[in-house]
Amino acid sequence: MFPQQIERIYTDERARILATLIGFLHDFDLAEETMQEAFAAALVQWRDSGIPDNPRAWIVGTARHKALDRLRRDTAFRAKSLDLQRNLLSASEPDPAMPGSEFDSDDSIPDDRLRLIFTCCHPALATEAQVALTLRTLCGLATNEIARAFLVSPQTMAQRLVRVQRKISEAGIPYSVPPPEMLPARIDAVLVTIYLIFTAGYTATSGAALVKTDLCGEAIRLGRLLVSLVPDHAEPAALLALMLFHDSRRDARTDAEGNIVLLEDQDRARWNQPAIREAAELLKRTSPDSRYAIEAQIAAIHTTSPRPEDTDWRRIATLYAELKRIAPSPVVELNEAVAIAMSQGPEAGLERLAELESAGRLENYHLLPAAQARLLEKLGRSQEAKSHYRRALSLARNDPERRFLTARLAQLN
Amino acid sequence: MQYLLLIYNNESAAKPSPAEMATIMKDYGAFTQSIQQSGHYKGGNPLQPVATATSVRVRDGKTLLTDGPFAETVEQLGGYYLIEAANLDDATAIAARIPGARWGTIEVRPIWAMAAPASA
Repeated sequence: MFPQQIERIYTDERARILATLIGFLHDFDLAEETMQEAFAAALVQWRDSGIPDNPRAWIVGTARHKALDRLRRDTAFRAKSLDLQRNLLSASEPDPAMPGSEFDSDDSIPDDRLRLIFTCCHPALATEAQVALTLRTLCGLATNEIARAFLVSPQTMAQRLVRVQRKISEAGIPYSVPPPEMLPARIDAVLVTIYLIFTAGYTATSGAALVKTDLCGEAIRLGRLLVSLVPDHAEPAALLALMLFHDSRRDARTDAEGNIVLLEDQDRARWNQPAIREAAELLKRTSPDSRYAIEAQIAAIHTTSPRPEDTDWRRIATLYAELKRIAPSPVVELNEAVAIAMSQGPEAGLERLAELESAGRLENYHLLPAAQARLLEKLGRSQEAKSHYRRALSLARNDPERRFLTARLAQLN
Repeated sequence: MQYLLLIYNNESAAKPSPAEMATIMKDYGAFTQSIQQSGHYKGGNPLQPVATATSVRVRDGKTLLTDGPFAETVEQLGGYYLIEAANLDDATAIAARIPGARWGTIEVRPIWAMAAPASA
């Protein structure tokens, strides 16, 4: 029982403790190491003395003492770290080594996770560095796990993490919540990073059948955290709703063999209804004309239609047109074209897709020829459909996509 | 006339040994001192490596930050400001107010704060 209790405290409190320690120490690695040491000490001490009323404060206090000890021992570091030592000493907190010392209430240590989020997702950091650091610190993933999820070697990922921490300290990226006038733009940057983590996980789940880190789950956890920390902002709620809608279909998106199952062929009974309800509630809190809210509304139409034929494609096409206006992208136009095909017929969709193709902005994106092939197939133009499926096949990114396209092609032969 | 002397070198070249480094520092110290004595010196600083650089552009009134140094070849260095700022957010906000940020790029590079020579 006891080890499980500590493990639960570790899971629940790790990010918040780490965020506090980084605030004191201004050093990600030192914070992580001393936190680990403090948890190791807790395993020994709490076995005898019982779990303290406020385990978080105990861990923070113990880790701070360990950091202070280490800085004192480290003579080479001593001169440089005088300020830091003063910092650590001046903060008055009960000594956890002293028997009978009491820790203050839960409120005594402010929640620094928001500062940590804004630092990890700082726009002066490269996107892949933001993603790596967020997963490492806020989600607590091991360097190896992050490396595997992004298909780079552990050495490359370790270097990336070292470099990003060096940039934060040497370039003077502040460990703080941005001032109100900067907040909306900075929240946007955080949302981009969270959504990147989600989409990396979303396509990874259709990858080969090896065990993948649950990036979608991590992104949703981050989304929940952000919603709880900045409840007055609507965009985090919209992104969380969007991710929950998408994730609700996770189990139905592939069959037992890991093959792709199209939305219209998915077993809707396997969609996660509590997630859909939660997303719908969140969506009510958002302003309807923001980027993530529009995407969430589209996902809501898909996930709340009882049967594929009940889908309101006309509404979806309108929403994509709106999305195109505020966040233009060729992929959005591709989706709009598909919605037009579904509501007005394959010819109208093909016309839009031809425009996209001649503009050349989706040249290497397999879903453009795949969408064209599907519409041509519906119109009975199987020779043209076949050549488009072949083109899609040559551009596909992973095995399930290739298997899916090969199967479609085989059906036409 | 005043001149800005820009020092370029290959950061990824093999690191000098501590002995070589000591020689380099000594040479720089001697050079700085000599131009101070001759009255040429106005200021100078070593910079942190390019990995710490952030590029700032302002387009349509929006400030865009990018990780990394200025890497275009069509634009050339046209001037500089040396500023004191609380942190990178402060520095990039000031950089974004430089008129040239609206058509060019401002590269923000932290100064390498050298330890003051031991005087005590």
